Amino acid sequence: MQVQTHVDINSEWGIVAARQAGRKLAREIGFGSVDQARITTAISELARNIYLYANQGQIKIEEVSAGGKQGMKIIASDEGPGIKDLRRVMEDGFTTSGGLGAGLPGVKRLMDDFSIESEVEQGTVITAVKWLR
Amino acid sequence: MNLKVREEVLQYQDQIITSWLEQIEQYRNDDSLQNISGAVYDSTSQDFVHKLLVTLQQEDTGDADLNQFVERLIQMGWPLTFATRGLQEFRKASVKAISENSNDMKDGIFHYQEIESWVDNIINHLVDQYSGSWENTVFLQKMALKELSAPLIPVFENISVMPLVGTIDTERAKLIMENLLDGVIEHRSQVVLIDITGVPVVDTMVAHHIIQASEAVRLVGATCILVGIRPEIAQTIVNLGIDLGKFPTKSTLKKGIETALGMTKREIIDLEIQEG
Repeated sequence: MQVQTHVDINSEWGIVAARQAGRKLAREIGFGSVDQARITTAISELARNIYLYANQGQIKIEEVSAGGKQGMKIIASDEGPGIKDLRRVMEDGFTTSGGLGAGLPGVKRLMDDFSIESEVEQGTVITAVKWLR
Repeated sequence: MNLKVREEVLQYQDQIITSWLEQIEQYRNDDSLQNISGAVYDSTSQDFVHKLLVTLQQEDTGDADLNQFVERLIQMGWPLTFATRGLQEFRKASVKAISENSNDMKDGIFHYQEIESWVDNIINHLVDQYSGSWENTVFLQKMALKELSAPLIPVFENISVMPLVGTIDTERAKLIMENLLDGVIEHRSQVVLIDITGVPVVDTMVAHHIIQASEAVRLVGATCILVGIRPEIAQTIVNLGIDLGKFPTKSTLKKGIETALGMTKREIIDLEIQEG
């Protein structure tokens, strides 16, 4: 059975809730402690981006399987301002909020698959998958 | 409530109580009521309906008796749904009892309206009381949490430790910074150890706040050492590409304290070895 969890992000507590849901599912799927930390951190980054730039959105976490592999998929979606230059946000050190600018490129490195779709003034959907080894 | 309606309700109170108790019985197996024993459920339900009837006899809906009863429900952890459902069932039961015993349609509607407004009043009152108690609890917990959120402990002369446990959000990050700087000045610390053993996730925001705090500490003339970085956290920090090269890190608080003592030109020595 596919396990799905939705967490609405509209305050900093939403970030914590998403993170906890993610850690729980990661543990259930059977990820080790390092991968659990990676997944939780990735969720934390994505959720924080939603809270910071779009004010609200949601994080969807689900179990996926393909080609005999099992994994965990994170979908972060919002209807916020969107991202103007997709290439630049994936550069290390690029930030518009005075942060470290390591969030999105960091998530890409933490996870196995990563894709981002964004339209200015429409919103952003980020999908990231971690496969169980 | 209208006097006539009140008398009517009181006249059929036995009938109302019986049908109310029957109705309320069906909620007993609800999840939220699982940890309440059958006997307690029965006696509380009995109590509830009698309190309602007592309140009904008085003009004032903000009755002290009912208030006390609700207070007890809150303290014993009864869910709000029990109370609101109870009142809704009470309304149904009394309307049913009266309409069964009267044939006049117009009268029936009038009765219904009277009972409805009376019950709604009590429900509002009850929800207020419940949410007031929740708000109070949340407020107290928030205060308690704030007190725990960023303690700075002077362990040796010139050395302080700030153990961090739990999630770091923006408000807490602000407190950490303030307490660090205040503490450094107050205790005249030269070295501050920030222990993140208990921080579940170190993402870019948390790292950013720690970097900023340590930079601020450097500006007031002290040094920050980050200790308690667990292996999985170390890996995620590297994956994220966060540069913590600027300030010293140690794996455990013990090693951090040894380093701090070294930086302030002291060390811990074993007495026996010295004597031997």
